[in-house]
Amino acid sequence: MAPLVAIFIYLIYKGASSLNLALFTEIPKPVGEVGGGMANAIAGSAILLGVGSLIGIPIGISGGIFLAEFGRGTRLANAIRFTADVLNGVPSIVMGIAVYSLIVVPQGHFSAFSGGVALGIMMIPTVCRTTEEMLLMVPNAVREAALALGVPNWRSVLSITVRTASPGIITGCMLAFARVAGETAPLIFTAFGNAGWSSRLNEPIAALPLQIYVYALSPYDDWHRLAWAGSLVLIVLIVLAVSLVRYVTSRGVLKGAS
Amino acid sequence: MGVGIEVTNLNAWYGTNHTLQDINLNIPANHATALIGPSGCGKSTFVRCINRMHETNPIARVTGSVRIGDLDIYADAKPVEIRRRVGMVFQRPNPFPTMSIYDNVAAGLKLNGYSNRRVLDEIVERSLKNSALWDEVKDDLRKKSGASLSGGQQQRLCIARALAVDPEVLLMDEPASALDPVSTSKIEDLIFQLKSQYTIVIVTHNMQQAARVAEKTGFFLNGRMVEFDSTHKIFTNPSDKRTEDYITGRFG
Repeated sequence: MAPLVAIFIYLIYKGASSLNLALFTEIPKPVGEVGGGMANAIAGSAILLGVGSLIGIPIGISGGIFLAEFGRGTRLANAIRFTADVLNGVPSIVMGIAVYSLIVVPQGHFSAFSGGVALGIMMIPTVCRTTEEMLLMVPNAVREAALALGVPNWRSVLSITVRTASPGIITGCMLAFARVAGETAPLIFTAFGNAGWSSRLNEPIAALPLQIYVYALSPYDDWHRLAWAGSLVLIVLIVLAVSLVRYVTSRGVLKGAS
Repeated sequence: MGVGIEVTNLNAWYGTNHTLQDINLNIPANHATALIGPSGCGKSTFVRCINRMHETNPIARVTGSVRIGDLDIYADAKPVEIRRRVGMVFQRPNPFPTMSIYDNVAAGLKLNGYSNRRVLDEIVERSLKNSALWDEVKDDLRKKSGASLSGGQQQRLCIARALAVDPEVLLMDEPASALDPVSTSKIEDLIFQLKSQYTIVIVTHNMQQAARVAEKTGFFLNGRMVEFDSTHKIFTNPSDKRTEDYITGRFG
């Protein structure tokens, strides 16, 4: 709690004074001109995270379901679990280079798609392992109850076990999401950044962390202020996204459900 | 309506552990049959062989034949079909924690693709009435989770859930052992009412309970069935010395 509060207060102290409407509506201005915003970077981050989630969450959840329910004790499961753990430890800059050589080089240009893939791959291990752990926490009695009703195993897994573990699985997805939302390194070689508007998946695209990185390294005070404001916006957006998902998923919960 | 169960030369293993040896018995239709015996004697394994839940454990194995009505369950049918005809209630109440009371009862039907709302409503109401829970929960069917009920209510909910798929046989594996005396007596009353419609097999540690609810009783010891007879005979004049020792509390 304390570190989050400390970071938050410092960001507000440094960034709040530069927050204005232009930050959310305008794109960056050329060097020397005052003002400009990060609208394209905010939109770009949303697109990148959307692509990343579409890739990372389904693969991660399927992997976790396999590990916990179907592959228990098999060699394949052990191999997948090991791979996920190693993947989790791969530095994000390495992930960027890997995706660069796998997608950007063959395509011949930077693209939003490749950035999304890099983020998606980084989400997989977290989603996969939390899904597995949450499923293993579902008591065996619940599985037996479903099987004893004559429900086929696959159906019992999808409709009963996964459903019982869903609050934990969603939390795992949000963790992975929040973690990659601020990633800069994997995007340097993939999404690359873009000073203007772009919403196409096969073109370079701006992203908040990239923009903050570029601005923070620049020699201009004006850009430094924008970098602080951008950092504040990034954190607030992550908090909002996580809270929104939590709120939406908690609405359906029944009285007394554990 | 219930049907009889005919068990012939049933053997079961967990890994190399031979947990059931040469079990032969006929369980009569529309009666309650109690299985008693010390812990680890194989009575739970036995009931799990009747609905093919035994084999859900990867190291488990079974041989012999079990006929339910005219169906040889190990030769003629798939496990899921058997389990729809043979309901089971477990030792610890195990409602689906994220489902409402209504969804818990309807789960067996819904998960097998049944979706006619009007019919489901009817079945849920009938099942909850049959398990003597309806009056206590009818106002919160969709609002409350199955896990929010008390232990005794949860167990009756599990009975309702088993009844909703309209089984012919109801297996109960120590259904009252985790419950207080009041809840236990409610479950026993329920067994009394239900046995006119279903064939009930109840595993119990509690000999008074067996004497109260069952017409027939089987005594298991070390994976074998020592004696199977009318409950009255087992408790007053058993023909086997070991049964007598167990009944009179000399061991177990």
